Amino acid sequence: MTPADTLGFAARAAFTHPLRSSLLVLAMAIGMAAVIMLTALSDGTRSYVVGQFISLGSNLIIVTPGRTETGGFQPGNFASKIPRDLTIEDAASLQHIRHVLRVAPVSLGSAEVAANSRLREAMVFGTTASYLDIRRFSTSQGHFLPNEDWQRQRSVAVIGESIRHELFGDSSPIGQMIRVGGNRLRVIGVLSPVGQGLGLNFDEMVIVPVASALSLFNTYSLYSIFVETTERNTIEPVRIELEETMRARRGGELDVTLITQDAVLETFDRILHTITMSLTGIAAISLIVAGILIMNVMLVAVTQRTAEIGLLKAIGANNRDIIFIFITEATLLSLMGTLSGLMLSYLGAWGIRLGWPFLAAWPPTWAVMAALGVALCSGLIFGVMPARRAAALDPVLALAGR
Amino acid sequence: MAQIELENITRTFQLGETTVRALSSVSVSIDSGEYVAIMGPSGSGKSTLLNLLGLLDRPNAGHYRLEGRDVTTLSSDEQAAVRRNRIGFVFQSFHLVPRLTAAENVALPLMLGGIPPEVRRRRANDALEKVGLTSRAGHRPDELSGGQRQRIAIARAIIMQPAMLLADEPTGNLDRHTSQEIVELLEDLNAVGTTLIVVTHDPDMGHRARRRLIMTDGILDDSRKKPVPPATGIP
Repeated sequence: MTPADTLGFAARAAFTHPLRSSLLVLAMAIGMAAVIMLTALSDGTRSYVVGQFISLGSNLIIVTPGRTETGGFQPGNFASKIPRDLTIEDAASLQHIRHVLRVAPVSLGSAEVAANSRLREAMVFGTTASYLDIRRFSTSQGHFLPNEDWQRQRSVAVIGESIRHELFGDSSPIGQMIRVGGNRLRVIGVLSPVGQGLGLNFDEMVIVPVASALSLFNTYSLYSIFVETTERNTIEPVRIELEETMRARRGGELDVTLITQDAVLETFDRILHTITMSLTGIAAISLIVAGILIMNVMLVAVTQRTAEIGLLKAIGANNRDIIFIFITEATLLSLMGTLSGLMLSYLGAWGIRLGWPFLAAWPPTWAVMAALGVALCSGLIFGVMPARRAAALDPVLALAGR
Repeated sequence: MAQIELENITRTFQLGETTVRALSSVSVSIDSGEYVAIMGPSGSGKSTLLNLLGLLDRPNAGHYRLEGRDVTTLSSDEQAAVRRNRIGFVFQSFHLVPRLTAAENVALPLMLGGIPPEVRRRRANDALEKVGLTSRAGHRPDELSGGQRQRIAIARAIIMQPAMLLADEPTGNLDRHTSQEIVELLEDLNAVGTTLIVVTHDPDMGHRARRRLIMTDGILDDSRKKPVPPATGIP
């Protein structure tokens, strides 16, 4: 029997029971789509998070107050359970470290913002002129915070696009006064729309000089300090020196946390990888179930076509012919399941992209290849047993339908 | 030399504790072109004899020489090749593949033999012509009458131009008139040289055959009391 004839014969046999075959194909397709969509989703999530971090700016070290790591038992830990404030002076001292390009202290809180007798709650973001360059932001109107002494509480504000629209509508906000908490500030600029970034929406932000923000919130403690280094491979030396400087300023104790993008990405990658693998593992079980379904359908087919197998043997089919016919049929079914699964997963990924446009959920090539491989293998593996059973039938008994 | 030589063929079946002798030391020799009816009551071993002749079953003892070649010792793949090329089967229940057209059913043995589709089509048409069903080539078995189905099965049996046709109750599922046509078709094929061996219950059909092998409890009674040839070719 030629391979083409085997394929044709098996294909017609597979289509003899359209309902049974299509149910099997559906089961296989769902399993396949689940696996591929999960990988697509995690790929999309990963590139989204990476994109978020990259949008922060490059070559960044972020200093936050408090220590998240346990450094072992030290008597000093008892004395200073509450971390010391991170101050504007701390931020200023970091400017002198070699390879540091820019430093921006950040203070964050919320306050009532009012103008034109319109009132809303908004995030108030205290920082300095260098923050604009660190984040690669730009202004659409006016200009950003002036470059001056960080301690100066100048009564100016730069507002985000949504705030501008809500408070001023179509009139120009530049030079207008707004009330932020108890202070009256003059609007000097509008930030170009940037959208969401790491949970902070700068379109809904009022940006003020850092000293003004601290006095507004009646605190000395910064939210964080952004440090930008000259280039990527100076991040590590800067981080070491930064640690020493902070330690020296804090009586020998390092009670701040330094976050680098690489470290965060690495941790995130590890977590995401673990989640993806375990979810994919669970989804892969559905593929095994589909494989068992294939075996079951093929066993039923062998039982139903016992007389036909007997006939094929009587008119001269050898065992190899019979085995090939049934394995081909099983492989065809699982291949159809896989192809429908691929279509389903591309459709699902498209749906995800439609619902969450920021997630670039595309089925990864390796997953598509693996899916095809799995389909062929499961057709072969789960088809072998029924095929061998068919070939082993005694022709006399098979012809009698027994 | 006879076309078919059976020598002391014994076939036993194990039914639970008891051993049933379906064939007990059967020796017979059939020449090319003969028309033989195997008759006997149910369970007498006539189907077993036919299955052995068709290489669907193996004897427990004895030798079967087909066209001078001992086929009892062949591997199952070699036996499959002999079945494909030298033996044509006609069954009581036709055994057509329901999803294939008449022409495709007829061409099945050629397909198993790896013969290209164009050749298959041509030869299938020739075979259908011989059974008078050229007009039904594209029909599926469920669109055909019982007699037409059996004609298709006969066309399939003769397409490889086999040495012999083995027919197991070929008219068992057919009415009297159709049976007559089928018998005549088989006899026509026999008339042009194909050995015809028919298992039948029907005494009329049995009497048409030129030779009858009567089976009783696994023992063969030959209507032509021909002495068993001396065991010449056996080592």
